[in-house]
Amino acid sequence: MADLTATPTEAKSIARLEWLLVAIGIVGLLAAPFFLYPIFLMQIMCFALFACAFNLLLGYTGLLSFGHAAFFGGAAYFCAHAVKVWGWPPEAGILLGTAGAAVLGLVMGFFAIRRQGIYFAMITLALAQMFFFFCVQAPFTRGEDGIQGVPRGFLFGLIDLSRPLGIYYVVLGIFLIGVFAIWRIVNSPFGMILRSIRENENRAISLGYSIANYKLAAFVMSAALAGLAGATKAIVFQFATLTDVTWQMSGEVILMTLLGGIGTMVGPMVGAAFIVTLQNTLATSGFPVTIATGVIFMACVLLFRRGIVGEIYARLLGGSKS
Amino acid sequence: MTTIFGIPLAAFLGQLLIGLINGSFYAMLSLGLAVIFGLLRVINFAHGAQYMLGAFVALLLLQYLGVDYWLALIIAPLVVGLFGALIERTMLSRLYDLDPLYGLLFTFGLALAIEGTFRYLYGAAGQPYSVPPALAGGTNLGFMFLPNYRGWVVAVSLVTCLGTWLLIEKTRLGAYLRAATENTVLVQAFGINVPLLLTFTYGLGAALAAFAGVLAAPIYQVSPLMGTNLIIVVFAVVVVGGMGSILGAVVTGYMLGLAEGLTKVFYPEASNIVVFVIMAVVLLVRPAGLFGKDA
Repeated sequence: MADLTATPTEAKSIARLEWLLVAIGIVGLLAAPFFLYPIFLMQIMCFALFACAFNLLLGYTGLLSFGHAAFFGGAAYFCAHAVKVWGWPPEAGILLGTAGAAVLGLVMGFFAIRRQGIYFAMITLALAQMFFFFCVQAPFTRGEDGIQGVPRGFLFGLIDLSRPLGIYYVVLGIFLIGVFAIWRIVNSPFGMILRSIRENENRAISLGYSIANYKLAAFVMSAALAGLAGATKAIVFQFATLTDVTWQMSGEVILMTLLGGIGTMVGPMVGAAFIVTLQNTLATSGFPVTIATGVIFMACVLLFRRGIVGEIYARLLGGSKS
Repeated sequence: MTTIFGIPLAAFLGQLLIGLINGSFYAMLSLGLAVIFGLLRVINFAHGAQYMLGAFVALLLLQYLGVDYWLALIIAPLVVGLFGALIERTMLSRLYDLDPLYGLLFTFGLALAIEGTFRYLYGAAGQPYSVPPALAGGTNLGFMFLPNYRGWVVAVSLVTCLGTWLLIEKTRLGAYLRAATENTVLVQAFGINVPLLLTFTYGLGAALAAFAGVLAAPIYQVSPLMGTNLIIVVFAVVVVGGMGSILGAVVTGYMLGLAEGLTKVFYPEASNIVVFVIMAVVLLVRPAGLFGKDA
């Protein structure tokens, strides 16, 4: 996927542009619940964080995971179970979900990083499917019903999450913290090494980096952040179901990232907003979402592999790339 | 009643037979994946959808045109193979110069689109396809009762796998295919139409999947989702076997099918995941896969 990414000079002007977008975005999100349906916005933020976490792995490390639903949906189950059955406060539930996803990521990553490229994708898909079957059979997930009626409770015992604005600003906070974490990781020396693995793995090895450890670390971080998104979603929607651990969900997050722009900070968010809006629109029209998803997937791969944001950047930079 | 490890012999052999049937489908599908991957360097995610298409074409031929099983066994692979060739010519062939992951993503989208369409048109529920009269009933083998159709499936899948292997290893066409895998440019310089060869290979792979789909129709119900759930298991099979050799893919397919059947006897709860567990173990012990050459 190396052919889609910017050179350092381009990266600088992209970074400046992204700061501007971030400022506009934060102001917009602060004001948005007064104009748009808060649940819809929170759904977008959860999926946007999920896609950004996924992009940390695909866009910045060059690893295509086909099993990220396991972390997203798994964390939702852990969080929902802790809050509903054990009566934990929401912040503890979300932390547990995130930690659980990280552990899951450590185990899956341990096996998956033994192979590269296409095999990596197939292994993550298979392991996630194994986790799906575990969720189907394990008693605590309540099978087809899922965990329903998860209480939102009070964040730190203070903020009432049953009020729409209360939960909205908490979710916004979690979203911003998550995205900031990803931004810090990507722009740290550690992130540079990840990019060097993406660009030329053998060269990174010859420079003396033990790339297996770096890949595993990136995988765990990506899994944990995907888990943060999934656990937050469980609190927002007050349920956790099998839908979130299926391979279709893993495909969806890939599509969001691809559609928005692999390897850009903003792209996955745009992609997530687009897909969630599309799904909500189609849900009332009777046209099957799967067909639309599949066709968009094919169109993206064939026609605009840079994604929406990637294409815009390329235009703004005067088409200096082939 | 005779028992083995405390389990009635008939039940034991019954599960083993189911394992062998599943293994036949794993083998045929991983064979098609290996053939396509060998030449095109594309992991065909749509393989499951093409398998489902085969079963559906057979079902629709029967429902609307009264075409019986035997004719469907020939027509369905041809239809799906042509459809595959068309997809390859118009779309997939544009992706060969890119990272192989794009091929995977494209065929994933294709699988979603095909499945979504069939789910929209025919619903998610499975539809029965009856066993052809000539193969109805069963044979008493003395130690167990063998439904004739299941015996037929095992035999046909063995013949198909062997036939494909012979096609690739022993014929002139197969030699072209193998040569093109090794060095595309050189083969093209010898005046062989490589793009046509690629189209043919993808069509052949799709036709193999559809053939397996028609075989599966009387055993499993014909449903839009029958393919993709299966293809994920087949991916694990492919990881275990390694895609280096066609024979490896076939042998691994049968082995894992049998392993699954045995698990169903001794620890039924784990039968869904045993293939994935074996995959994980193989990754630990031999990351390149049992028959794999590349890491």
